Amino acid sequence: MTGERETLKIVVTGHVDHGKSTVIGRLLFDTGSLTEGAVERVREIAREKGQRFEFAYLLDAFEEERKQGITIDTTRLQFKTEKRDYLIIDAPGHKEFLKNMISGASDAECAFLVVDAGRGVEEQSRRHAHMLALLGIPRAGVLVNKMDLADYREEVFLRIREESKAYLESLEIKAGPFVPLSALMGENILTPSAKMPWFTGHTLVDALDSIEKIEAGGSLRFPVQDVYKFDERRIIAGRLESGTISEGDEILLSPGGKITFVHSLESFLPKDKKKSASAPESIGITVADEFYNERGEIISSPADPPIITDRFQCSLFWMGKRPLAPGRKYKLKIATVSEEAAVEEILRLVDSDTLETVSGANEVKVNEVADALVRLRRPVALDLFSTHRATGRFVLVDGYDVSGGGIVTRAESMALVKRGFVKGELSARSDVFEEYYLSFGTRDVSRKSAGGLLYRVGDRVPLTGDSYSYPENFDVVVFRDGVAVLIREGRVYEILPLGDYEYSGLPVVNGSGYAVSCRSQKEWIHARDAFLAKGRRNEAELAQRYLDFNAYRRIAFPQADFVV
Amino acid sequence: MLNHLQTLEAQSVYILREAYRNLGKLGLLWSIGKDSTVLLWLARKAFFGHCPIPFIHVDTGYKIPEMISYRDQVASDLGLDMIVHQNKEALAAGMGPDKGRLVCCKALKTDALNAMTKEYGFDGLIVGVRRDEEGSRSKERVFSERNQDDEWDHTHQQPELWGQFKTDFPRGHHIRVHPLLEWNELDVWRYIEYEEIPVIDLYFAKNGERYRSLGCAPCTGRIKSEAKNVSDIVTELLTTKTAERSGRAQDREDAYAMQKLRRDGYM
Ligand SMILES: Nc1nc2c(ncn2[C@@H]2O[C@H](COP(=O)(O)OP(=O)(O)OP(=O)(O)O)[C@@H](O)[C@H]2O)c(=O)[nH]1
Repeated sequence: MTGERETLKIVVTGHVDHGKSTVIGRLLFDTGSLTEGAVERVREIAREKGQRFEFAYLLDAFEEERKQGITIDTTRLQFKTEKRDYLIIDAPGHKEFLKNMISGASDAECAFLVVDAGRGVEEQSRRHAHMLALLGIPRAGVLVNKMDLADYREEVFLRIREESKAYLESLEIKAGPFVPLSALMGENILTPSAKMPWFTGHTLVDALDSIEKIEAGGSLRFPVQDVYKFDERRIIAGRLESGTISEGDEILLSPGGKITFVHSLESFLPKDKKKSASAPESIGITVADEFYNERGEIISSPADPPIITDRFQCSLFWMGKRPLAPGRKYKLKIATVSEEAAVEEILRLVDSDTLETVSGANEVKVNEVADALVRLRRPVALDLFSTHRATGRFVLVDGYDVSGGGIVTRAESMALVKRGFVKGELSARSDVFEEYYLSFGTRDVSRKSAGGLLYRVGDRVPLTGDSYSYPENFDVVVFRDGVAVLIREGRVYEILPLGDYEYSGLPVVNGSGYAVSCRSQKEWIHARDAFLAKGRRNEAELAQRYLDFNAYRRIAFPQADFVV
Repeated sequence: MLNHLQTLEAQSVYILREAYRNLGKLGLLWSIGKDSTVLLWLARKAFFGHCPIPFIHVDTGYKIPEMISYRDQVASDLGLDMIVHQNKEALAAGMGPDKGRLVCCKALKTDALNAMTKEYGFDGLIVGVRRDEEGSRSKERVFSERNQDDEWDHTHQQPELWGQFKTDFPRGHHIRVHPLLEWNELDVWRYIEYEEIPVIDLYFAKNGERYRSLGCAPCTGRIKSEAKNVSDIVTELLTTKTAERSGRAQDREDAYAMQKLRRDGYM
């Protein structure tokens, strides 16, 4: 497409009346980004209503906003410099409208904190900065505005610079650049201000341009948004939140735990047809195996799965009129999951003013921030916010209203594997000890699960069943989970990552108990690499070449008490 | 990395799919203009060539005649499920712009739309409004609630963050879904150019004039222009300083005309 220019999303925050809207209005005005009518209309309205012209009116479009001279709701405007395009987000500073500030700031890449030179850092300056930290916004510049009211004195600027820098850094937000300006007078907006010859840093526009865009990273996360069956295709639709997905990729669907392959990337027009897509594209895929999928599952690579849990620790902010209380039921929405949730415990409240923490709180009131433990009705797939942003942040709905938001700070996967082997973080799905029976009636083969058996290091395993018999010493290699299990003298001796496994000459079986044909280290490497290689189309070929069903298994007639 | 238009497209597709999945009865307001043409295109992208959402046209009876014939042509070409709604009572009683522009807009657009929403029991209406069009739209949410009387409580909007939209609301309320909110006029034309989307030719200059925005014949003016095709329009917009809706009379009636109309349910 045309115009490969970069766009940066910047939110302008700060205490009420410190001049956020005026800064943006002035910036748009001075850079000639406004339409002809816009300024005239604001002049006209000001005249009509007997008010003085305010640059802020260019953004504060509601009658209520202009009457009261404050921003009520957030808006966003586009403007460009030679370097790139910007989306500038205006946020209200009044405490009552914090939820609107959060709405505006939530998807910003960078923030500017506007501080009134005469007043310095105030309560909402700190609260906004705290919110930025919770929203995961890594950097904030500081605009020391209304320098005209401070006679353009350097020490005023320096004092506010130190004050704001210290606070931002205590929140682990990278602070800077720092710019003294007067939005009203247009000082240091486009060109260096003659009134502040002591200042040799950036003008406002240069400060914007100096910020480096950070590309969102992270491994593949593709939350299932919906499944469509409009025609013969069964399409899993959604937005890639991070990473890349390609035809032929092996993928894991969590929390279900199914593994399959990407068969195709679908599109409406032939020109959009492709074999690979990356975040933040909205795509649709078809998969090799048709099983039931549902909204809320997360697609990832099997090697790098999300966490599956019904309990996590988080930092959250509350926007609801009714305070958040432990035990009360909420709807939690994280990526495309929606699940009933309750706060188990409020660990501590964090005071936005001082960043001091208070423990023992029994509710979180509007505009308050807390660390808490959340429990869900059922396990879902999610991530830590620090590794995957989009699948690590959530909102809480109280009744009809989105009333809180938060980020997952600690969570551990529950044991996922129902049958197989586990050791700490390592787990391998396996049905080595399952029976294969031949049905008398249908002559189909069916499997009988030993019923959710998990084996850990030291456990004795059933070496012999109706339809299988393994030696005392052998190795199980579960390729799809990348795990090897050593069975010695009929017990689980060790469970280790496949990468650490060394062929020892003992028999090797795969996760289903089929012998992997290999008689030497060299043959083992060959077989292993063939199984680890991507693509499923050659599955039959692989099985023919490397697997032997009959080595330790046979198909048995069922026992009398087992009805197939 | 996706470029600007691809990013906008991806986000709009995401919004359309969220609406389709989360809102019960859903309709797409289709005004024949460039924005709703882009919406229709995005819907077909979102649903892989299908359009599982009915298209609604609120026909004031005063539309520029070419718009109506074009509408019927596209609907039949694409086999769209289309609902045309009119405030027949008001029209029969002689409603028209001569009764006052805002009175007329309210009766033939707002009231017609609200009656249709009730009649069909819509939970969600997809509308192609954009922030850059005018002030009250600049403050909108992507999923914007309307109460049982179709009113917009614009000074108490719900938080909207991280793509988690408002999908819980009492029965009788509905959601206006705005997939194009973050697009601007130039984005729309650049996208039309890039995707080669057919648009009604009223936008192209004839005898040195063209429509920049389409509406009712009596209240929509042409602008001076030599732009004969989409790429001319893109070029023209890159240099113009006039506002897009400057040809739309209802916007100029009073300082907060649009805010008032929209508070009562106007799109
Ligand atoms: N003297 C002086 N006044 C300014 C300057 N910038 C803004 N103001 C005035 O400060 C007042 C508040 O400005 P706004 O831009 O509305 O403040 P805001 O931070 O956007 O306010 P909220 O969004 O309501 O929090 C207005 O009356 C402005 O004219 C400046 O540089 N110098």
